[in-house]
Amino acid sequence: MSSPSAEVAPEKVGTLQNGATATASPSAERKPLTKKEIAADHPTWCPGCGDFSVLALYFKLIEKRKMLHEKITTVAGIGCSSRFPYFVQAHGVHYIHGRALPFASGISLSRPDLHVFVFGGDGDAFSIGGNHFNHTARKNIKLTYVVMDNWVYGLTKKQTSPTSPLGFKSKTDTWGAVDYPINPMKQAIAAGASFVARTTHTNPNHVMQMMDAAMDHDGFSFVECLSECVEFYEGAFDASNPRKGGVFNAVPAEHDVTNEEAAYKLTDVGFPGYFGIFYKVSKPTKNIKEATINSGAMEKVKGLKDWQILQKTFDKMR
Amino acid sequence: MSSETLPPPAGGSPKVSPIKEAVIRIAGNSQDGIQAIGGFLARLAGRSEQEVMTFMTIPATISGGPSIFQVRIGSGEVLSAGDEADVLLAFYQHSYEDHISSLRAGGIVLYDSDHVEPKPQWQQTYHHLGIPISGLTVEAIGGTAKDKGKNIFALGLVAKMFDLNVPKLEKLIGERFGGKDASILNNALAAFHAGYSHSLGNVLETFKFVDSQRKTGNQVVMNGNDALAYGLIAAGVRFGAGYPITPWSDVMEILRRELPKYGGTFVQCEDEIASISMAMGASYAGRVAVTGSSGPGISLKTEALGWGVMAEMPLVICDIQRGGPSTGMPTNVEQSDLNIACFGGHGDSPRVVLAPASVEDCFYVAIEAVNIARKYNVPVIILSDQAIATRIEAFPEPNFEKVCQDISPDLTPVPDHKAYDLSTPDGVTPRIAPGTRVLSGRYSIATGLEHDELGHPTGSPKMHMQMTAKRRKKLQALAATLPTPKVYGPPEGNVLLVGWGSTQGPIREAVDRARAAGDSVSSLHITHLSPLPPGLENVFSGFNNILVVEMNDEGLYGFGQLGGLLRARYCDPKIRGITKTDGLTWKVRDILDRAKSNVAAGMRKL
Repeated sequence: MSSPSAEVAPEKVGTLQNGATATASPSAERKPLTKKEIAADHPTWCPGCGDFSVLALYFKLIEKRKMLHEKITTVAGIGCSSRFPYFVQAHGVHYIHGRALPFASGISLSRPDLHVFVFGGDGDAFSIGGNHFNHTARKNIKLTYVVMDNWVYGLTKKQTSPTSPLGFKSKTDTWGAVDYPINPMKQAIAAGASFVARTTHTNPNHVMQMMDAAMDHDGFSFVECLSECVEFYEGAFDASNPRKGGVFNAVPAEHDVTNEEAAYKLTDVGFPGYFGIFYKVSKPTKNIKEATINSGAMEKVKGLKDWQILQKTFDKMR
Repeated sequence: MSSETLPPPAGGSPKVSPIKEAVIRIAGNSQDGIQAIGGFLARLAGRSEQEVMTFMTIPATISGGPSIFQVRIGSGEVLSAGDEADVLLAFYQHSYEDHISSLRAGGIVLYDSDHVEPKPQWQQTYHHLGIPISGLTVEAIGGTAKDKGKNIFALGLVAKMFDLNVPKLEKLIGERFGGKDASILNNALAAFHAGYSHSLGNVLETFKFVDSQRKTGNQVVMNGNDALAYGLIAAGVRFGAGYPITPWSDVMEILRRELPKYGGTFVQCEDEIASISMAMGASYAGRVAVTGSSGPGISLKTEALGWGVMAEMPLVICDIQRGGPSTGMPTNVEQSDLNIACFGGHGDSPRVVLAPASVEDCFYVAIEAVNIARKYNVPVIILSDQAIATRIEAFPEPNFEKVCQDISPDLTPVPDHKAYDLSTPDGVTPRIAPGTRVLSGRYSIATGLEHDELGHPTGSPKMHMQMTAKRRKKLQALAATLPTPKVYGPPEGNVLLVGWGSTQGPIREAVDRARAAGDSVSSLHITHLSPLPPGLENVFSGFNNILVVEMNDEGLYGFGQLGGLLRARYCDPKIRGITKTDGLTWKVRDILDRAKSNVAAGMRKL
């Protein structure tokens, strides 16, 4: 396989699944990025929006993990929180509503050298993109998905969201929401997600811990982060915020994160519920499974150039 | 087998007549393996330096139903699957009754007398030959599985009738059935030889193909979906995503099976939207990827396609058209997706549309589509159709060393990069893939919002105008590089038949036939449908009548989809349409009859 950029950047970091060769300058040359270097546009969010903390902690994660600009790919769909990529100085994608996960999966499956982070809101994740959430989870595609759940459609100015609790008065349910809300944690576990965690924007240290752990997970890692919409659902999460008289319940220390049944029990606890890693198991990712299929297939055509493999196939069609 | 080449049976002893071509229609049920016989005949033709084209119909149900496979083999150029059959092989009463009319007068109907009761009124017109195919097959191979193997027995009969090359056929049968249980191959060969050695009874002549002009190099035999899938691989595509739908599924099955050999992956997704999104993600990641579908799935993909236009993302989207709208006629052909391919979606979203004209063309158009997508950073739609997808043709084997390309992303660091740079006059901006370091520290965002040069959102009216123009200008730049298609026949005359996609063969045959009859008819086939190539107005100016031949409806205003497009583009009132919606490929005769009735003054040179 050719190495298109070898002449410029000497250090190879591995042959990609699809034959591209990634290169990087020796890390010694490069200092870890500063927050200033990672920040791009000033966020368009309303003052006080919970999404600010998630963004600040993403910057912090990049600093802490010494990630380089070009190794990060930030993907989002549509919604207030999905504006995320514009605020990050790195390769990024602002895709269509609800489809950020399959787009990000295409990157993850073809470029194992990149860290793929997907950010979105509850409408993106559980309404228009609900089916993609299930299937990305079941395929266990390696990427991190942070859903900033505010229980309301904010960008379109206060319509009921799939996570709005019963009785929430919105412009589309002036008498109060009548449809039962989705339980994102339960749905994630049921769909086969291999890392399922819950956090809230009012506890920055905890958000950081969860994103850190999610990034380390080899598989589909899902973090639900409660993120208050101060404009359209003020006070939604007060019961989980000790500064507002609520309680922040960490997942009990004795909880076994590999126990699916125990994890379901945590998801059933009423608001404010628990915060932390509910479920985490190690199982082969689609990335690994496809790579295994490929190494088996490539073994059989070892030593042949691509055109010779195709020639062999056509030999049988004469 | 025209009347000049196959004299009607006359009294006297059996004789061997030399023929240049033959059309054989095999009619049975979909589970009888009739496609297998057709496939053997087509591949044999390919290996014998003959030309071949096939045509098949299959029921839309799994549990079977009437099905036909027609194969036309010729020592000269074969442009269509043939209007009329020379030989009909009928397995059942319904096969016999439904397809006898497809036989030319004096043609031979070879029927399974265990299932077919011949009708006296047809015995004068067609030469009847009844053979108890089912019973003899059971006798030959002692089959317990009823009806298995009778297709191969029938192949033996056809081989005898046309004096086909037995060793080559045995080899093909061996390749098909070898590797399985040895008894399966033995049974197949036993059935074949039983058929081959069976008396052809009262048939008064057999036939022998005259030697074809020797072609240089190997011929390969495959259908359009095969050619498309392998063309994509040759083009360097290493990632695809799709969702099953007839008649696209074959392409995804081939890519799923073959791509791992090249280090690539094809993902079966949860739906059509995920498929285009995942492929788009892989394209974004640095290497042009593919998705595909048929009409209903293309409708679902259009929002993402619009994003690809806005974000200037390369992608290849295959649309293997079938009868529509909605679920429509899933196993029939139609060319009714031209409008959605060219215009489907919201906003001003110019994209590229290419339509392959033959099976061979599927291979090369796939490569061209990838290269246009890469160069112009735009989604490219390949408009194939059910007919070309399922028909088998022989064509010269490509020179793989020459055509195969490596499109791995170049991750060399760049000093600075603006993904939507407005300073280039033709609107074309080179892309960089994620993983590429930008030394200025400024990274562009790929976005569906109207954006500035770095892909950041803007509400500026001026920027929207400039970016809209950029997305248009780059396709105008592409258009300027396209070749004007060559006229088939004289470049000036009375009637010009214009076509696109799978109809090229029958249209050209119609031209040949019309010209042989003294009419002034030429044809023009358009591969690049969006943007259109330059110079068409000059071609049109050389003819009195421009008839656009399409397999779609005449529409509200009396023109098919390409007809309407060409009228809108060239404002030429000479442009009219010849359309049909029966879900079947054009017969040459139908094209000519319709053309004649369209041109009041006649088709002679004026």
